[in-house]
Amino acid sequence: MRRYSAFAIAREGLRYHQGWERAWASPEPKKRYDAIVVGAGGHGLATAFYLGKNHGITNVAVIEKGWLGGGNTGRNTTIIRSNYLQDPSAAIYEKSRSLYETMSQDVNMNVMFSPRGVIMLAQTHHEVRGYQRTAHANALQGVETTFIGPQKVKELVPIINLEGPRYPVLGGLWQPRGGTARHDAVAWGYARACSAMGMDIIQNCAVTGIETEGGQVKAVNTTKGRIETGKLALVVAGHSSDLAQMAGFRLPIESVALQALVSEPIKPCMDVVVMANTVHGYMSQSDKGEMVIGGGTDHYNNYTQRGSFHHIEETVRALVETFPMISRLKMLRQWGGIVDMTGDRSPLISKTPVGGIFVNCGWGTGGFKAIPGSGWAMAELVAKGEPGPLAADFGIERFREGRFIDESVAAGVAH
Amino acid sequence: MLILTCPCCGIAADETELENGGEAHLKRATVGSSDEAFEAYLFDRANPKGVHFERWRHAYGCGKWFLAARDTVTLEVYATYSGQTPEPPADVVKAIKAKRPDWEGTA
Repeated sequence: MRRYSAFAIAREGLRYHQGWERAWASPEPKKRYDAIVVGAGGHGLATAFYLGKNHGITNVAVIEKGWLGGGNTGRNTTIIRSNYLQDPSAAIYEKSRSLYETMSQDVNMNVMFSPRGVIMLAQTHHEVRGYQRTAHANALQGVETTFIGPQKVKELVPIINLEGPRYPVLGGLWQPRGGTARHDAVAWGYARACSAMGMDIIQNCAVTGIETEGGQVKAVNTTKGRIETGKLALVVAGHSSDLAQMAGFRLPIESVALQALVSEPIKPCMDVVVMANTVHGYMSQSDKGEMVIGGGTDHYNNYTQRGSFHHIEETVRALVETFPMISRLKMLRQWGGIVDMTGDRSPLISKTPVGGIFVNCGWGTGGFKAIPGSGWAMAELVAKGEPGPLAADFGIERFREGRFIDESVAAGVAH
Repeated sequence: MLILTCPCCGIAADETELENGGEAHLKRATVGSSDEAFEAYLFDRANPKGVHFERWRHAYGCGKWFLAARDTVTLEVYATYSGQTPEPPADVVKAIKAKRPDWEGTA
């Protein structure tokens, strides 16, 4: 495969761009693979990438029901941060954030990682205390965050209204190395790198059944035939319960719809990411100039990839109060994704009751930021059969044992 | 907008009036149950694509709990029924099978 480079652009520019190759191959599935990853979203592709890069396992297929990166990878608001409260979360999200810094070089695709900084607004006294606590925890964890006052917030975000009648801005948790990346490029970059290592990426191939023998995985049945494997990684976010049912076990997961929307493009007005968790809205400006807005989840099980209208109203109402200048912006698009929620709002990177089957799910409303770290940890689990240090605390057994990684209340996670 | 008819007060309520209480008909683990039974009761969920039995509360109405049979893929509501019902009632099962002949039941 030819590398992407400035030289390649110049070369192709001189010959009418006739020489670009397909970014990844689309082969028919083989009869057997050493490992199969179900789900060609960011997490699945990152898992396959690190199986090859870190563990030398390249006889791998990534099978995908729809198209590559067409699920939550292409539906999120692309925010990257690692300012979590609990130690296991901070470790994996910070690993992930640091991998984003070099991802463009690692996969030879410009993922447009932009460490523009992320502010989580504190709009109640409870939030001020919570974020000060998180800032202290982050200092101990080696994650660079600071608690900043309202004037510093105003310097960073001139369009913000500090004196909102309901929820004045009292400060914020500032992570200067957080930011955004181009979500499609993350999926495409990993897919291209996996294909270059000889892995098979098979799209439009739904899993219809999972064969086990003596408590061990044997094969998957798909719409493109039966494929044997000894290791099966289920990395399918909101559809994890469905796949688990095929393999004969239940997961502590519920699937709900999360929405996002995007405005018409406007001139640059905000060069950081702002999250307002009390009023449930977050916003950043894309490189095209669109204001990218994320909102809250519906509170009932849902597989429809569209959310309830009243959530849009609540989100937009909150953001108009916080950023009065957006009140006359037109919204271009709105969409939903199916997110997989666990009870403690922390993910599962885990062995399962079936030997050789591993799950990576439960990232809930914040999976995009975790893609490289999640793939790194999941690849280690799949390759060795046992979790490494990053994944050890995220096993499914934590629910039985009461070892929750509780990010649902304290850590200011938007959900 | 999801609209459920509360079987207690008879009002067709918008989802903004209601609170979702998760999967219905769970078998409660209690004193003497194993750790696995507690785990299953507290955390493991069917989370099906399709027919889902669930608990709802008419929070901004009569305040009562009730149960609903709803489709998580089409958002169709098959029935709402009393909260004091340990299993899906026969008429609810029949109503679901009439619309979803391929449905394999609650197991």
